[in-house]
Amino acid sequence: MVSGEWTVEAIVRATLPVLCVLTLIEIGSGMVLHGFEATLVQYPTLLVLVPVVIGTAGNLGSMLASRLSTALHLGTLTFGTNALLVGHVLGTILLAGTLFPAVGAGAWLLTSVIGSPTLGLGRVLIVATLSGVVLALVVVIVTVSATYIAYRRRADPDDVVIPTVTNVCDVLGVLVLFAVAQLVV
Amino acid sequence: MSVRGVAATVYREGVGALGVSSVGSLLAGSLLGGLETELQRLPGLLVLVPALLATRGNVYGSLGARLATALQQGLLTPTLRSHDRRLYNALVAALCTGLFTSVFAAVATVVVLWLLNAAVAPASLVAVSFLAGLASGIVLSATVTGVVFVGYRRGLNPDTLVGPVVTTTGDVFGMMFLYLAARVVLAW
Repeated sequence: MVSGEWTVEAIVRATLPVLCVLTLIEIGSGMVLHGFEATLVQYPTLLVLVPVVIGTAGNLGSMLASRLSTALHLGTLTFGTNALLVGHVLGTILLAGTLFPAVGAGAWLLTSVIGSPTLGLGRVLIVATLSGVVLALVVVIVTVSATYIAYRRRADPDDVVIPTVTNVCDVLGVLVLFAVAQLVV
Repeated sequence: MSVRGVAATVYREGVGALGVSSVGSLLAGSLLGGLETELQRLPGLLVLVPALLATRGNVYGSLGARLATALQQGLLTPTLRSHDRRLYNALVAALCTGLFTSVFAAVATVVVLWLLNAAVAPASLVAVSFLAGLASGIVLSATVTGVVFVGYRRGLNPDTLVGPVVTTTGDVFGMMFLYLAARVVLAW
């Protein structure tokens, strides 16, 4: 078992190459933000939403990945029409469906308290919920496939899957948020 | 367990932690709004923000997941008093990779912006990255280890705790130390 080798060198060697690749992907996400800087300054609610939408989607993914990984280590999970797998996917989508509207309301409230909101509550709710649901579907697909690939290649899912999922969510989160914002705002 | 039973467990164990972490991310979002001046005085900083926040989540999320799995496999005891060599190795490895990745992100940002002929402050960006990476690394490794150990001892599922705790504290501390590092470098 890979997780048995806990030397500094082994852990660094297992994680650093992935981290460097993911960092380059994140720079891509940063360039998207850079390109949207004018829109972000115009609608501060969107700026507040950026870490929240990305963070919540990333949380859902890493929670799902972490649970699946432990189930694999313990030997209770098999891929296929498995009640454990389907239940995890369903629970994750339900969580997204209830959390994202709340996140939108929170972002609207926060910008109302701090300064003048330039976006109405209804629009913020639609932006948050729509980007949340789209992202949740992406999260589930990416997490389950990444865990499956890591498992098939006999890599430790703990090392590979969570970084992949959170970073895909970051880049796609920024893109999805702005695509939805362009449609709604 | 049935599909419905598993889904209900996932929901029940996740909703509290995710709710709390959303509040944390909202705070990070308002901190991002407060960085306006620094973003203008340090061109390239906005490009670096997702990479630095993600590095916090990646490195310390991986550390948390590693500790959670090891606890459940019985390879690790949830106490600092045992002076477990494995625990120290995992912490040192996380700090080293976190620092290296932060500096790498700054260098990559400088190169990309330089290739695009955009305004960029090379030395300041690397310095901000290094300082923010060091400070948040120390705080986050302590937080992650503490939460996973205490949570496990209290009978909570450490896997459910890791993601939300790391993303919340990673976002809030990451943004806070990024802000402080930017102020320190600008005042230099």
